[in-house]
Amino acid sequence: LTPETLWGQALWSLMPLLVLSAGAMLLLLVELLPATAGSDRSPALALLLLLLAGAATWFARDLRYRAFSGMFLQDGFTVFFTLLFVAIALAAVLLSWDYAKRTRTNHGEFYALLLFATAGMIVMAASADLITVFLGLELMSLALYVLVGFRRGRLESNEAALKYFLLGAFASGFFLYGIALLYGATGTTNLNQMGAFLADTPQLGNPMLLVGALLLLVGFAFKIAAVPFHMWTPDAYEGAPTTVTAFMSAGAKAAGFAALLRVLLRAFPELHVDWAPLLTVVAVLSMTVGNVTALLQNNVKRMLAYSSIAHAGYLLVAVVAGGREAAAASLFYLAVYSIMNLGAFGVLSLLGKGREERTLVADLAGAGFRSPLLGLAMTAFMLSLGGIPPTAGFVAKLYVFSVAVEAGHVPLVIVAVLNSVVAIFYYLRVVVALYMNEPQGEPVAISWAAPAAVGIIAMVALLLVWGVLPSPLLEQARRSVLGLL
Amino acid sequence: LPILSLLVFLPLVGAVVVGLLPRDNHSLIRRAATLFAGVEFLLSLKLWTDFVTRAPGWQFEERLEWLPRWGASYHLGMDGISLLLVLLTTLLTAVSVVSSYRAIEHKAKEYYALLLALETGMLGTFVALDLLLFYVFWEAMLVPMYFLIGVWGGPRRIYAAVKFFLFTMAGSVLMLVAILWLYFLHRDVMGFATFDLESLYRLAIPGGVQNWLFLAFGLAFAIKVPMFPFHTWLPDAHVEAPTAGSVILAAVLLKMGTYGFLRFALPLFPEAVTVFTPWVVGLAIVGIIYGALVALVQPDMKKLVAYSSVSHLGFVMLGMFALNSQGLAGSLLQMLNHGISTGALFLLVGVIYERRHTRMIADFGGLWKTMPVYASVFLVIMLSSIGLPGTNGFVGEFLVLLGAYRSNPWWAVLAATGVILSALYMLWMYQRVVFGPVTHPENEGLRDLTFRERLVFAPLLLLVFWLGVYPQPFLDRMAPALERTVQLVEARRGITAPVGQAGQTRVASRGAEAGGGR
Repeated sequence: LTPETLWGQALWSLMPLLVLSAGAMLLLLVELLPATAGSDRSPALALLLLLLAGAATWFARDLRYRAFSGMFLQDGFTVFFTLLFVAIALAAVLLSWDYAKRTRTNHGEFYALLLFATAGMIVMAASADLITVFLGLELMSLALYVLVGFRRGRLESNEAALKYFLLGAFASGFFLYGIALLYGATGTTNLNQMGAFLADTPQLGNPMLLVGALLLLVGFAFKIAAVPFHMWTPDAYEGAPTTVTAFMSAGAKAAGFAALLRVLLRAFPELHVDWAPLLTVVAVLSMTVGNVTALLQNNVKRMLAYSSIAHAGYLLVAVVAGGREAAAASLFYLAVYSIMNLGAFGVLSLLGKGREERTLVADLAGAGFRSPLLGLAMTAFMLSLGGIPPTAGFVAKLYVFSVAVEAGHVPLVIVAVLNSVVAIFYYLRVVVALYMNEPQGEPVAISWAAPAAVGIIAMVALLLVWGVLPSPLLEQARRSVLGLL
Repeated sequence: LPILSLLVFLPLVGAVVVGLLPRDNHSLIRRAATLFAGVEFLLSLKLWTDFVTRAPGWQFEERLEWLPRWGASYHLGMDGISLLLVLLTTLLTAVSVVSSYRAIEHKAKEYYALLLALETGMLGTFVALDLLLFYVFWEAMLVPMYFLIGVWGGPRRIYAAVKFFLFTMAGSVLMLVAILWLYFLHRDVMGFATFDLESLYRLAIPGGVQNWLFLAFGLAFAIKVPMFPFHTWLPDAHVEAPTAGSVILAAVLLKMGTYGFLRFALPLFPEAVTVFTPWVVGLAIVGIIYGALVALVQPDMKKLVAYSSVSHLGFVMLGMFALNSQGLAGSLLQMLNHGISTGALFLLVGVIYERRHTRMIADFGGLWKTMPVYASVFLVIMLSSIGLPGTNGFVGEFLVLLGAYRSNPWWAVLAATGVILSALYMLWMYQRVVFGPVTHPENEGLRDLTFRERLVFAPLLLLVFWLGVYPQPFLDRMAPALERTVQLVEARRGITAPVGQAGQTRVASRGAEAGGGR
C-alpha cells in the first residue's frame, strides 16, 4: 500500500484524518482506565498521534488525489494546511500539558476534542465541495464549543461557550442556506463544477446566486471573526481556557481562511468584481474596529481577541487582491499569524498559579525582568504581531501589502499600514507592562513547565528565523497554491 | 574579508555576549561592553584608512542573495557620506558606553546589550544599499531605543518612549508603501523586480508619481530629522532618555533622517525635489528660527539643547536643499558637527545631573570656581555649537550659508538670524550656569571631571578643533559622493516629462548659476 497504488493513494491522502479521528477515539477509550490527576497519559498520547499525523502528511506530501468523487482534494494546499493545523495542535498540546493540570481540566476528553477539531480543520482545507466544507466546519466548531466551556467551574467559561455556540449555530444556518441557494442557482455544490458553470453561463443578474454567495460569505466572516460578525470573539476568547484560546485563535481562523480561499478562487473567480468591493469594506472595518477597540482593553486576552479581528482584516487585504501570489501571501501570513498568536496566548497561560487566571495588562507588570525568557518571548510575539522587523510578522505584512499594491489597491494598503501604527500602541502597552512598570502588590506567579517552554522557545525561534530568512516558507507557500487556480 | 558585515554585526554579537554575562558582575559587564564598542571603533578607523579618497562609487561593497524571489539582496556598500556617519556612530557609541559607567547602576546588563544592539541597527541603516534591507534596519533600530528611553529614562519615560516609537513608525509605514510602489514601478518599466538602490536610481519616474513618493519618503525622514512641525517627539524623548540615550539620539538617530534625504529622497525623485524645495527650505528656516527661540526660554538645560537640535538640523536641511556642492558639503559637515557638539553638550548636562540630580539652569551658577576643567570643556563645546571660527561649527555653518546664498540670497539672510540666536541662547545659558557667584551651597563641593570623564570628552574636543582648523580630509572624502548626488539630481531632471513651468525655469537658472561660478 505505497502511495503509488490506487488504494494507496486513497489511503495516504486520508491518513492524517484517519490517525487523528481514530486516535481521538482511542484517547476516549483510554480515559476509562484509572489514572492519577497529574497523569501525563493523555497529552503524551495526543502528542504522539499528532506527530504520526504530521509524519504521514510529510510522507505523502507529493501525492495528488481526489477522494470521494472529487469532494476531498489532496493537493499542495491541503498538505500545507494539514501540516499547519497539526503544528498548531501540537503547540496547543504542549501549552496545555501543564495548564490543564493546573486548572484541573486534565481529562482525556480535552485532548480528544482537540484532535477532532484538528481533523475538522483539515477537512475544511481539503474540501472541494461545499458539503464537505460544511462537514469540516461543524466538526471543528462542535469540538471547539465544548473546549471553550471546558472549565465548567468558571462562569466566564460557560458564558463564552454558550455565546460562541449560539452565534456559531446562526453562522452555520447562514452558511447552509447559502449552499442551498447556490445549489439552486448553479445545480451543483462542487466548487470546480460551480466555477465552470459560472464561467460558461453568465449569471451576473441572478439574485439567487448573489444572495447565496453573500450568505456563504457571512458564514465565513463569522468563523474568521471579521467585522460586523465579530461580536462573539472577545467573549469567547476571554472566557475560554487560555490554551484553548491559543488553539482556536490560530486554527479556526486559518481553517476559515483556507476554505474561503478555495471557495472564492475556485468557485467564484468570475464574481471577483462583486465580492472584491464587499470584502474591501469588510477588511477596512475589521482592521479599524479591531485595532481601535483593542486600544481600550485592559485584559490582554480581550486585547488579543480584538487584535485577531484586525488581523482578519489584514488577511482580507490579500484576499481582495486576488490571484495566485495573493493566495501565497495569505498562506504565509496565516502560518506566521498562527505562531505569534499561539505564542502570545501561550505566554499568558503561564501567568498565575493553581486555578487562578491572571491576564490583565497590569498582571504582567515587571514580569520581563523576573522571568527573562517570558519577557523576551512575549516581546518577540508582540513585535511580530505589530509587524516590526526582524520578525516574521514584518515579512508577512510586507508580503500581503505588496500583493495588494501590485493589484493597485494603494488606498487600501495605506489604511492597513496606518492601522498597524494604531496597533503597535497596544502591543507596546504589553511590553511597557513587562519591562517599565512595577507590580502593584504581590507579583503574579509564573508557572513555567518544560513542555510549554519547549513550545514557546521553538515559536520564538521560528519567528526570528523566518523574519530574517523567510525564503523557505515563502517558496513553500508559493508551491502550495499552484493547484489552487 | 566582509568588513562591512563584520562592522554591522559585531555589536550584535557583543549584545548577545553581554546579555549572557552574570547579572551581578557589573565591572565585567562594563568591561565587555567597552571592549566591543572599542574594537568596533577601531574597526571603523580601519575603514577610514582603507577608504580610497578620490574614488567615485561604492567601496567595501558586499552583495549576497537574500530574497531572490523578490529581488531583495543583502547589499552593503559605503561612500564618503556613509563613511563619515559610520565613524560618528562608532565613536559616539563608544563614548556613550564609557560615559554610562556611573549613571547606570541597575539592570546594567540589559542596558549595555541594548546600546550595542542599537549600534547594529544604526550602522546597518547607513551602509544598506537595498531599500528593503534599509527599511529592516531602519525599523528594527526603534526597538532598542524604545527600551533605552522607556526603562532607564526619567519620570515621563513611558510616554516619551511610546511617542518616539509611534511618531517614527507612522512616518515609516507610509515610506514602506512608497517603497513597494517604486518596486512595482521598476518592475513594470525595467522588466525585473529589485529593491537595489543602484537600479532604482536609473528608473525614470513620472512627475506626478514622484511627488507622492517624495512625500511619503520625505515624511518618514522629516519626522526623524525632525523638521518643524514634526519635531514634537524630540524634546520629550531627549529630556526623558538617559544621558547616553540622548547622546545617541541627537548624534546619530537624527542623522538617519538627513541621511535618508541625501541618499534616497533626493536622487530617487529629482523632479519632486524641484517642486518641494521651497516647502522644505521654508520649513527648515522656520525650524532654525523657531527652535532657537524656544531654546532661548527653556529653564531645563537638556530641553534647551534639544530645541537647539531642531535649529541646527534646520541648517542641515537648508544646506542640502540648496543643492550645490558647497551646500551639500556644509550639510554633511554640519551633520557631523551637530553629532559632536550636541552629543558633547548632552554629556556635559549628564555630568552635572549625575552630581546634582537636577538639570535646571537656575539651580547652578559659579561652576567656574568649583569645576574649572568642566567649565573649560563646556566653553569649547558651547563655542563650537555656536559656530565660532576655529571650531568645527564655523566651517559647517559657513558652507551651508554660502550654498544657500548661491541658490537664493534670502534663504541665507533668514537662516543667518539663527546663527545670532544660537549665540544668544548658548552664551546666556553658559553665563547663568558657569559664571557669577556660587548661589547654591550644594554646588560648593562639586567634584570636577574625573579621569574617565576627561577621557570621554578628549576625542570630541580633538574633533572640534580638527574639523575647525583642517576639515580638508573630511571634505576630500565626502566630495565624490556629494558630486554624484548632485549629478543624479541635476542630470535626471530632464529625463521625465516636465512638471510645469516653475520647475523648468528653476533648472535653467540653476544651470546658469553653476556655469557662471560666482
